[in-house]
Amino acid sequence: MKQGSRLSTMKKSTKANGITYLMLLVAFAVVQIFTATGSMTNLIKGLLVPACIYIIMAVSLNLTVGILGELSLGHAGFMCVGAFASSFFSVCMRDVITSEWVRFPIAIIIGGVVAALFGFVVGIPVLRLRGDYLAIVTLAFGEIVKNLMNVLYIGKDDSGFHFSLKSAADLGMEPDGKVIVKGALGITGTPRDSSFIVAFILVVITIFVVLNVINSRQGRAIMSIRDNRIAAESIGINITKYKLMAFVVSAFFAGIAGVLYSHNISTLTATTNNFGYNMSIMVLVYVVLGGIGNIRGSIIAAVILTVLPELLREFSDYRMLVYSLVLIFMMLFSSSPAMVNFREKLSLKTKRSKGKKAKEAV
Amino acid sequence: MFKKILSVLMVVAMVACLFAACGGNEDAGKSDATTFQIGAIGPTTGDAAIYGQAVMNAAQLAVDEINAAGGINGVKLEFKAADDEHNAEKSVNAYNDLKDWGMQILLGTVTSTPCIAVVEEAYNDNMFMLTPSGSAVDCIRYDNAFRVCFSDPNQGIASADYIASQKLGTKVAVIYNSSDPYSSGIYEKFMAEAAVKGLNVVAQGAFTADTKTDFTVQLQQAKTAGADLLFLPIYYQEASLILAQADKMGYDPAVFGVDGMDGILTLENFDTKLAEDVMLLTPFAADAQDKLTQDFVNSYKAKYNEVPNQFAADAYDGIYIIKAAIEKSGATPDMSTEELCNALKGAMTQITVDGVTGLGMTWTADGEPNKAPKGMKIQNGAYVAM
Repeated sequence: MKQGSRLSTMKKSTKANGITYLMLLVAFAVVQIFTATGSMTNLIKGLLVPACIYIIMAVSLNLTVGILGELSLGHAGFMCVGAFASSFFSVCMRDVITSEWVRFPIAIIIGGVVAALFGFVVGIPVLRLRGDYLAIVTLAFGEIVKNLMNVLYIGKDDSGFHFSLKSAADLGMEPDGKVIVKGALGITGTPRDSSFIVAFILVVITIFVVLNVINSRQGRAIMSIRDNRIAAESIGINITKYKLMAFVVSAFFAGIAGVLYSHNISTLTATTNNFGYNMSIMVLVYVVLGGIGNIRGSIIAAVILTVLPELLREFSDYRMLVYSLVLIFMMLFSSSPAMVNFREKLSLKTKRSKGKKAKEAV
Repeated sequence: MFKKILSVLMVVAMVACLFAACGGNEDAGKSDATTFQIGAIGPTTGDAAIYGQAVMNAAQLAVDEINAAGGINGVKLEFKAADDEHNAEKSVNAYNDLKDWGMQILLGTVTSTPCIAVVEEAYNDNMFMLTPSGSAVDCIRYDNAFRVCFSDPNQGIASADYIASQKLGTKVAVIYNSSDPYSSGIYEKFMAEAAVKGLNVVAQGAFTADTKTDFTVQLQQAKTAGADLLFLPIYYQEASLILAQADKMGYDPAVFGVDGMDGILTLENFDTKLAEDVMLLTPFAADAQDKLTQDFVNSYKAKYNEVPNQFAADAYDGIYIIKAAIEKSGATPDMSTEELCNALKGAMTQITVDGVTGLGMTWTADGEPNKAPKGMKIQNGAYVAM
């Protein structure tokens, strides 16, 4: 009973965060047990890292959409930047730094920082806009990044790096030079450094940082901007600074997700499906489905929506149909009035029973 | 609090279900198998679905034919197709799923970018893989991978050689898709070879997947430069628009295409008169009169009610190539994936296969096929050999 009372006097946010961490821990333990007993299929094994990538994407986007309250449709753009920057680094340094335990952390930091830099540069003009306009500009940003990567050629020879936006032949390299970024062909041969352990650690770091930002002085300032901009401004909150802070942190983690992505498969190209607006919308779907501003919800939604389409492979060509039906039912479950009513009743019941218990304890 | 604990428990249960539901079946391609299990990966949904579906249909057709004729040395084939939506990440997922099914031999993947991702996985597992249509160089960068189609550089070089040797044009214009690895791969090698052969390339117009509907700028550029030959290393959908728009402009150069051009005659709502006199270098023509092609086209038409394109032809050959390699090596289905791969790898360089995409096809150890491209010309709405 003593513990129970401590739990009930605990700050609400601390309790909620504790549950989130507990959930991660349990999921991690389950995965480890299944791996150890060898009862995990190849499909699920292959999905572990992508699930972590999309958790990071969803949680970081939730910071912009849910906490800052700005609709960003260019999140995949930051992922793309992080992926290409880190992949470029890894391919160049593959022979110089042979230990992946040295190379990969550097790649992660490079990917994150470059994405954050882009977030900063894009954020300065863009965050002056509000609502639809911000959405349009971020959408354009994502597309620009994607198209830029499709025409970018970078080669390396003895005299250094060569850049071109036209073709590999225009690089003007010596015969022994190597083309690293090949326009539409992207980067191939990125070392496969992503592993579930690393990805999981990054998920925990992301969630730790994002949750702490939310529950900090800065986080409250950011949320006050979301709730009432004029009121926030009137009490002396520096709107631009806090908006930019949330945006840059969000971009940083999207970049890290990109690093994991590019180091998980050996070929990296920028297409609509992986770094275009399709992906941005996909991540937004995770956030909306999990609940805007709800970090735990984002995690669950990201995992379910990553794994589900693969588990539906049995339906072969009909799986897209089944998948969309599942999406609709999930949306109804999480936000239709009838279901919300039902869930409220359920929670009232548990609250009441808890109240009764508390009385008995007294 | 109760509710919170409940929710955590539910999450645990959910995660456990996810993993357990599809658990088991770890005997991927092991001993007691009595059939050869061939998996195929390709986009059967999404933008590139037309290629994936053609491959899956034709491969199924070939498998059915072989099984009806008693299998390979009496051993039947089992075939399973997996969708990758032309996405490298999904392709790896599809590969893992097929491995869970027990795949021993991989026919795939259909498109280049996913193929580059999957070959890495297949190499790690030492699984034999034969891509029907993955034409980028890196698709078969490892020794376990072979391909049926020409590689992009081969097509670029062959096109330039053909144009130069047949003196098809004095001033050449190229329009290519810079966002497509297939197209830009051919384009680059074509340009390099054109310089060697002394071809005069007067205009180069690029477009991307986002601007593939209006080609007037590129055509105007070619027209102004006075190009009398238009080289189109692109797929037939865009090529059909280019032909229509050139016709509208009153610009009538000779047109030369590569294997992606195949299919233009069967495109819906396309006036085949526009494609009159178009030349293309392709290993397969559905109108060819030899018995092999005729039989394939007829049975494909009977089963799927459409004319097979070159992707279908590649896949159809692919299954027969696997059959030839199995026969040559004397492989049996009870071999492990690895033993099977080593056996087939050795056999591939020794076999000679007559298929619908070429007679007397042979392979080198690096996985590239040796076969002659056929020069075709469209006359009166049909292919005619040049």
